[in-house]
Amino acid sequence: MSFTKRPDGRKFEDLRKMEAKVGVIKRADGSAWFKIGDTEAYAAVYGPRELYPRFMQDPQKGILRCHYNMMPFSGSGDRIRPGGNRRSKEIGLVTQKALLPVLDLSKFSNAVVDVFIEFPQTDAGSRCAGITAAAMALADAGIPMKDLIAAVAVGRVDDKVVADLCYDEEAYEDGPVADIPLAMLPATGKMSLLQMDGEIGKEQLMQALELGKKAMMDIHALQTKALKEKYK
Amino acid sequence: MSKALRTHILNGLDKGLRLDGRKDSEIRDIKVEYDVTKNAEGSAKVTWGETEVIAGVKMGLESPYDDSPEDGNLMVNAELLPLSNPEFETGPPSIQSIEMARVIDRGIRESKSIDTKKLCLKKGEKVWSVMVDIIPINDAGNLLDAGSLAAIAAIKNAKFPEVSKDFEVDYKKKSKTGIPLKQEPIEVTVYKIGEHLIVDPTIDELKVYDARLTVAFVANGDLVAMQKGGDEAITIETIGKMVELAHKTSEVVRAKLG
Repeated sequence: MSFTKRPDGRKFEDLRKMEAKVGVIKRADGSAWFKIGDTEAYAAVYGPRELYPRFMQDPQKGILRCHYNMMPFSGSGDRIRPGGNRRSKEIGLVTQKALLPVLDLSKFSNAVVDVFIEFPQTDAGSRCAGITAAAMALADAGIPMKDLIAAVAVGRVDDKVVADLCYDEEAYEDGPVADIPLAMLPATGKMSLLQMDGEIGKEQLMQALELGKKAMMDIHALQTKALKEKYK
Repeated sequence: MSKALRTHILNGLDKGLRLDGRKDSEIRDIKVEYDVTKNAEGSAKVTWGETEVIAGVKMGLESPYDDSPEDGNLMVNAELLPLSNPEFETGPPSIQSIEMARVIDRGIRESKSIDTKKLCLKKGEKVWSVMVDIIPINDAGNLLDAGSLAAIAAIKNAKFPEVSKDFEVDYKKKSKTGIPLKQEPIEVTVYKIGEHLIVDPTIDELKVYDARLTVAFVANGDLVAMQKGGDEAITIETIGKMVELAHKTSEVVRAKLG
């Protein structure tokens, strides 16, 4: 049996329904909320502020720290033990690398910009939702940026190239699947996050990347709208 | 403690005024929303002034403890996320989050709100564990009372997942059965600053208080848990006044639980 219809009825190139809000956490220097399908992310930015321990300080520039965390009740099935794990640490790292290319931290010697990303609810695509929220939060915090960062996962399910996989598609069992999280600088189309697991041919990979580019332009439009909404 | 801030707050209180214009016994607006995250078995969000807290309930089938083969388990945890307050740090749970979780846990446990015998599926073999996590999104003060309200609201909202005959849990299917709740404890904390007693403190007020008393009440007005905090010792007379104010306030909060 081949994959002819998506479980939620979307077209293969469609994103799930999205919502975005900026300035949702009053205590933070910048914050945003982003929901795509049933995946929901909060991002808060604190800083630039003093960095401890001191040995981590860089007198040339500020550093960016990104923390990715799923709330204990955010996933289907067992409770997630708080305190992080290898997965959340790695995602924190790739999130930082995805955001850095647009940031100018050169004026913030010895300081840190902390980004905290939290998920009350997840259904695949959480790292991309987190990066999308974090980019808006950084802009809201007034950190010098030359562009936003939009992120989405693309991939293949059986013989179809699809955008924004949901959990049931990632877990599809009747054929091969590839999951490719992406993040992009919308102004140049350059990718700052690229990961993959699964199996895919070269030709389909290129199709998936092009599809991702289009999808991320839509996400970027929503990010811009949400930021303007706060500062209108 | 900032002496200047304390003097400023005390001067205001002497004139019957708090920094945000409230009276000593006045609480900020409270909103309780249910079912705010779909993967939890129960959830609630409490917006208390600018403070926002989410609580979620997960349930799991486990073996009971040897000394209570017919009783299910309750666990309450609080994560003071650095997302919600610039002073919270990453890393192992702070003493503040442990105290908060334990005080909220005690209110629920000691009121015998949850009949743990009703959480037993097969004596000595399978019981439900009810795990409540309290997560602040924005900390604008009074996390303790807001978190406690969110926790009881989330428990109230929870539905057991479906279980097959051989005790496989299907988390995708929620049953219509909720956790049997005999009581709905409400916790209120009263703070003493100088000679003044206030409820529902802001972040600034939390920096300068001398003593606090958290009291959990059930609907008939009986007390089911207490915790004194802060550096100053308090007289029996003050304790009486604090309990009185906590009780009055708890009635206002209880009405918001619906």
